[in-house]
Amino acid sequence: MTIQLSLKSVDKFYGPVGKGVHAVKDITMAVPKGDIIALLGSSGCGKTSTLRMIAGFEAVSRGTIELAGKQVQTLPPVRRNVAMAFEGYSLYPTVSVRDNIAFALKASRLAEAEVARRVGHVADMLEITDILDRFPFSISGGQQQRASLARALVRDADLHLLDEPMGQLEPQLRTLLRGRIKHYIKERGLTAILVTHDQTEANALADRIAVMEGGVLQQYGSPAEIKERPANLFTGTFVGEPPMNVFAATASVSGGTLTFDLTGGLDLRYAESAFDPRVRKMVLDRKQVMIGVRPYAVHRAEQGAAARVVANQWLGDQSHIAASFAGKTIVLVEHDRAHLTEGEPIKVEIKPQDLHIFDPTSGLALSHGNELAA
Amino acid sequence: METTSPVERLLRGIAITLVCLFFMFPIVWIVLMSFQTNETILRVPPSVIFAPTLENYTALITGKLETQAGTLDIDFMGNLWNSLFLSTASVAIGLILGVPAAYAFARLKFRGSEDIAFTLLSFRFAPPLLVLLPLTIYFQQLGLANTYGGLIWVYQLIVLPLILWIVRGYFEDIPADIEYAYRIAGHDFWSTFRRIALPLAGPGIAAAGLLSFIFAWNNFVFALVLASADKQPVTVGALAFVTASGIQYGQVAAGIVLSIAPTFALALYAQRYLVEGLSLGAVKG
Repeated sequence: MTIQLSLKSVDKFYGPVGKGVHAVKDITMAVPKGDIIALLGSSGCGKTSTLRMIAGFEAVSRGTIELAGKQVQTLPPVRRNVAMAFEGYSLYPTVSVRDNIAFALKASRLAEAEVARRVGHVADMLEITDILDRFPFSISGGQQQRASLARALVRDADLHLLDEPMGQLEPQLRTLLRGRIKHYIKERGLTAILVTHDQTEANALADRIAVMEGGVLQQYGSPAEIKERPANLFTGTFVGEPPMNVFAATASVSGGTLTFDLTGGLDLRYAESAFDPRVRKMVLDRKQVMIGVRPYAVHRAEQGAAARVVANQWLGDQSHIAASFAGKTIVLVEHDRAHLTEGEPIKVEIKPQDLHIFDPTSGLALSHGNELAA
Repeated sequence: METTSPVERLLRGIAITLVCLFFMFPIVWIVLMSFQTNETILRVPPSVIFAPTLENYTALITGKLETQAGTLDIDFMGNLWNSLFLSTASVAIGLILGVPAAYAFARLKFRGSEDIAFTLLSFRFAPPLLVLLPLTIYFQQLGLANTYGGLIWVYQLIVLPLILWIVRGYFEDIPADIEYAYRIAGHDFWSTFRRIALPLAGPGIAAAGLLSFIFAWNNFVFALVLASADKQPVTVGALAFVTASGIQYGQVAAGIVLSIAPTFALALYAQRYLVEGLSLGAVKG
């Protein structure tokens, strides 16, 4: 596996180094050739700054960026051989959509027939064949965005940067194009970095997701890893829809029962033997922990902790039930329509293997189910 | 579909007529005056019926002003040429200096950029007389007084802030991603400026150039103090029509017609750029 892009201790300050706004903090990340990476995070988390440093539009304050085997952090964009799709209005207004897409190919002196074939192919894939001869000002925002995406994808570059490439598309089209874009990128063996705040998009497109918050890379791993083994409370609660339920708990053991005493006078009891000895020891050593559980892993049961229904929404394919629980709200998801009314008491059960345990001060994950976090 | 009632159309017509009268009447009256002699101009009551004469224009073009006190030499055509040369050169230099500066202020955030831009704008706040006295002394010592170069330099006080601030706005309106896209497609900063930013801001640059040309053309006080007869533009040259034997209204009118003709023609020609400039918003969708 060759590494196509490698960021080492990359920092970005807006303003003087050390004093200005620290937008990106010490990011180290390696992207294998042929992978699609998603930079996922909320607005202002530093994902776009990171992308722009890779593209060369922002100076790297500290650290190195290596692309296709050479250091590029001081090179101008023109010498980095990257392609980029922009979120906003970025088409050259004076030429047609077709010429916009073909722009870089023409400059690279590719045969005309080959340019036409490639432009046709990518336009077909993105459903913009019918607007190829129109001018940018006469097409919609979604069409402009797809044209910008086509202009980036059609190129042969060492790296393709996609900045929120589908933000303005309608949901149906987005779902359709996601699959096609992934196929196109994989088929041509391109390496791509996708910036998005949409976790569905990240999950569907990316081989690996880099979750960012506050300029810090929180976790970098496959979508499954991030879902099953969130590295910290932020990743745990940020990724996943609806978000993970989190409660502060005090752990104790007596007579073979491990009890998590939740604030609000409620407790979760488990047989001591249900836990791996190392997890048990870790929990008992710390006593104060944060426990997290995915809404999918909260079940209604005959026996369990008491909760009271606050809201029950049927979304057409699943029910989201919110219930007051231990002084807070717990959300559970069921696949069938739940016939519950507001105020109805229920009992909930959480299996020990579904518990994520976090450190209450640092937020770092301590264990996932029966395994200690690395 | 927009429908208008006859009353509304009538009222609108009246309003438009009033506005046109208000703005066009002085120009029409001046044009009429320029074809009359002082006697017909000054008769009471005034009338639009007169025998047109070209003597005002011939006097200006030949440079011989006939008055009751005798023949006076005036160099009106020389003044016109001075105006044309000073304004054109000032705007050209203003554009060469101002457009790249405007781009820098629009795109690059550097320390003190706002302060510098504001300082340049503040040249427009100060009354010209404030700087004229010290400037006169400096210019005499530097040998710049009564030279085209010196005047063009001083004219930058008028032209440069105007160009800078108008063009900066146009550059800021171009989505930066268009330039980024061009750069990442294999072009350097300089060619992005020339091939993307300049053409897209073209209408704005034309508008700024036109406006600053008119401001430079209409300038009076700098040239009055810093230029002697042979370098004077028409605005100052027109003073020559105030003669010992009275004001030569016919010649003044002819002089005005000649001196507004270039800016008038330029404005008519550049109108389409101004309209294009307004529709640049379409780029943003």
